[in-house]
Amino acid sequence: MEMERQNDLNLKATELRLGLPGSDEQPEKRNNKRASSEMDNSSDGEKGDQECAPPTKTQVVGWPPIRSYRKNVIHAKKTEADAAGMYVKVSMDGAPYLRKVDLKVYKSYPELLKALQNMFKCTIGVYSEREGYNGSEFAPTYEDKDGDWMLVGDVPWEMFSTSCKRLRIMKGSEAKGLGCL
Amino acid sequence: MAMGKGYARAYYGTEHATAVQRKSSAHLLISGVSNAYTLEVLRVFGNPILQVLKGLSFESAMVPDPKRCNSCKDSASSRDSPEWTRPSPFPDEVLDRVLSLMESHKDRSSVSLVCKDWYNAERWSRSHVFIGNCYSVSPEIVARRFPNIRSVTLKGKPRFSDFNLVPQNWGADICSWLAVFAAAYPFLEELRLKRMAVSDESLEFIATSFPCFKSLSLLSCDGFSTDGLKSMASHCKNLTELDLQENVMDDLGGGWLSCFPENFVTLEVLNFASLNSDVSFDALEALVTRCKSLRVLKVNKTITLEQLQRLLVRAPQLVELGTGSFQQDLMPRVYAELESAFNNCKNLHTLSGLWEANFLYLPVLYVASAGLTFLNLSYACLRSNELANLVAHCPSLRRLWFAVIIVSKTEVLDTVEDKGLEAVGSSCPLLEELRVFPADPFDQDIVHGVTESGFVAVSRGCRRLHYVLYFCRQMSNAAVATIVQNCPDFTHFRLCIMNPGQPDYLTNEPMDEAFGAVVKTCTKLQRLAVSGLLTDLTFEYIGKYAKNLETLSVAFAGSSDLGMQCVLGGCTKLRKLEIRDCPFGNAALLSGLEKYESMRSLWMSACNVTMNGCRLLAKEMPRLNVEVMKDDESDDSQADKILKIASLETARKQM
Repeated sequence: MEMERQNDLNLKATELRLGLPGSDEQPEKRNNKRASSEMDNSSDGEKGDQECAPPTKTQVVGWPPIRSYRKNVIHAKKTEADAAGMYVKVSMDGAPYLRKVDLKVYKSYPELLKALQNMFKCTIGVYSEREGYNGSEFAPTYEDKDGDWMLVGDVPWEMFSTSCKRLRIMKGSEAKGLGCL
Repeated sequence: MAMGKGYARAYYGTEHATAVQRKSSAHLLISGVSNAYTLEVLRVFGNPILQVLKGLSFESAMVPDPKRCNSCKDSASSRDSPEWTRPSPFPDEVLDRVLSLMESHKDRSSVSLVCKDWYNAERWSRSHVFIGNCYSVSPEIVARRFPNIRSVTLKGKPRFSDFNLVPQNWGADICSWLAVFAAAYPFLEELRLKRMAVSDESLEFIATSFPCFKSLSLLSCDGFSTDGLKSMASHCKNLTELDLQENVMDDLGGGWLSCFPENFVTLEVLNFASLNSDVSFDALEALVTRCKSLRVLKVNKTITLEQLQRLLVRAPQLVELGTGSFQQDLMPRVYAELESAFNNCKNLHTLSGLWEANFLYLPVLYVASAGLTFLNLSYACLRSNELANLVAHCPSLRRLWFAVIIVSKTEVLDTVEDKGLEAVGSSCPLLEELRVFPADPFDQDIVHGVTESGFVAVSRGCRRLHYVLYFCRQMSNAAVATIVQNCPDFTHFRLCIMNPGQPDYLTNEPMDEAFGAVVKTCTKLQRLAVSGLLTDLTFEYIGKYAKNLETLSVAFAGSSDLGMQCVLGGCTKLRKLEIRDCPFGNAALLSGLEKYESMRSLWMSACNVTMNGCRLLAKEMPRLNVEVMKDDESDDSQADKILKIASLETARKQM
């Protein structure tokens, strides 16, 4: 919770400022020295003179005390990681329209398959390296970066999730061809 | 050397027959030296280990020369021991020999205070000078006092310049120093600069003015570009070290690496991890191949895993490795080759880099991780379970740095990072240093991150922990008390609760008792950074208990002048004090008058100090550099930022 310490420090009387002297990099003068969250509804009058319009987060200069080099790296990584999700189209043989799933939300095949089965109300069965999904009604396949149709489950999850472009749930009878080497 | 017959060899903590000089001078090999005189020399430093030498018996002693050292009688500081009142002739050879083994600059300072002869002996024998603040002394004075310097360490800007609190063009330019060094130390070999302003012209000057130049280390410096590196690579024929860390520099391209001549083979340390541009991989591979003494290699993130494998094959002798990007779609064959390359690196003890680490490939490290003592995962951004898996393979770890990121918003948020720390606690019993950087410091949406429970978990498992830097969003007094009880040997305790003025999240009370526990329990504490909601009580505790404290960082804390007064009055060994956004005013500032001369520097910004207070300080203490940095718009009476440096000069020369 934000601690309102402005009054304790009697800052109004001293009118302290932050910001580098004569510097162009900090065009906004910050009167408020507390890190304020953009999520806060500014109920306190102290923050009234600030631009509360997101997306720029109001921050205290030089706080938290992390070197700019370090903060750039971390921020870049996060942006990259969170960007847009990884949505791929999913089609199922016989279904009138396609769906979309975000592969980033899942961490493993069982999670994905469970979600697909829920989404399409079908049973996909268990994967085996030798038999593929033989014996089940449906088999999940995907188109990879090279444009080939592959059986879901052969490669490590991370490799799959980064190379999968779209998914297709095939009828078991058709999928037989894919299950063999 | 023509000495008397008897000599004693003293080994402490080492089986090696060579002189092992540790920082504290605790381990010292004395050979070929008459020990009676050595004892007197060494006793001066009060080093308890060397007192043991007293018990050794010697076969013979040097005949003293009564003509020498009459000036010893007027010693600058009369030591406690009464022996100094009698004339104590001390042959130069003995003193010189002992001094040649002495590297600690603190010990050397002590030596120089004994008497004039010793001052002279010391200054002639010193080859490395450490200047903690470039404005505390002028280069001319340094050159006059120390004629034989080969290596210089210089630190410039106040630490808060890292966080953009110091104006641009503040100073700390190396060029005035270089001009003096070129004349006084033509055989200069090494420069280690921290927070200095360094231009390309200066780098070219170094490269062309010092034919013996070997070692350049630039940490948090600014003002240069890769063009300056080109000069270094092209001209320094004997370069052994090029170490670039966290500098603010212009990366104009990686061509500098190709400037090392083909017959250049001396490189031992190369760290360009902080540069972003591509370098010629062929040039890098060729360089690594021909520099057989290379022991530290830290590449930047443009180097791929496959390229890394090729480099490792060329340099299996590496002791420290910074990888490039650790993410690539690897064919199984290449994966196996990479693992094999790591397996051949038998001497690896430090690992860093690991940008964008794809956790699938981390297992290649396992073959080399048993011997790792320092793992820097700050840029790997691992998830907690990935961290746990990795540290499980690092039982010898002494130092760990990391930052953990949340990738998926569906994860449970409040303890997942702590799980990584729990794993550290159970896997790394030898851990001495831990630095945990925030997941995303500027994302206010994220209220999680590591909590107190992660820290407590580490303290339970890692009893040797003595250095911690911990960023978190919540902490409790009870947790900190537990932590220091588990680990009472802290020398560096830097806790950053990221919301300013945040109280104990369990009790809603100030965090005074937390830091009280730290200073009461950790008697060896040298460095402390406080945070959270703190009243003057914290500073009363600090002043009362933190008798070994040398560095204190304070932000958004305290209630009145009393806080700062307690610290200035109580912390006898205080050397650096940096304060921002605290209610300390002129009374506090002026209470430390006697203290400031023994301190390296004081920084105060956004406090309640006025210009009049600063003027008074400057008037009372003419030997201090008192500098005030003001915002253009603030009113005349307000002193926004003050920096005080104890200095031998009366004014800091502007750039």
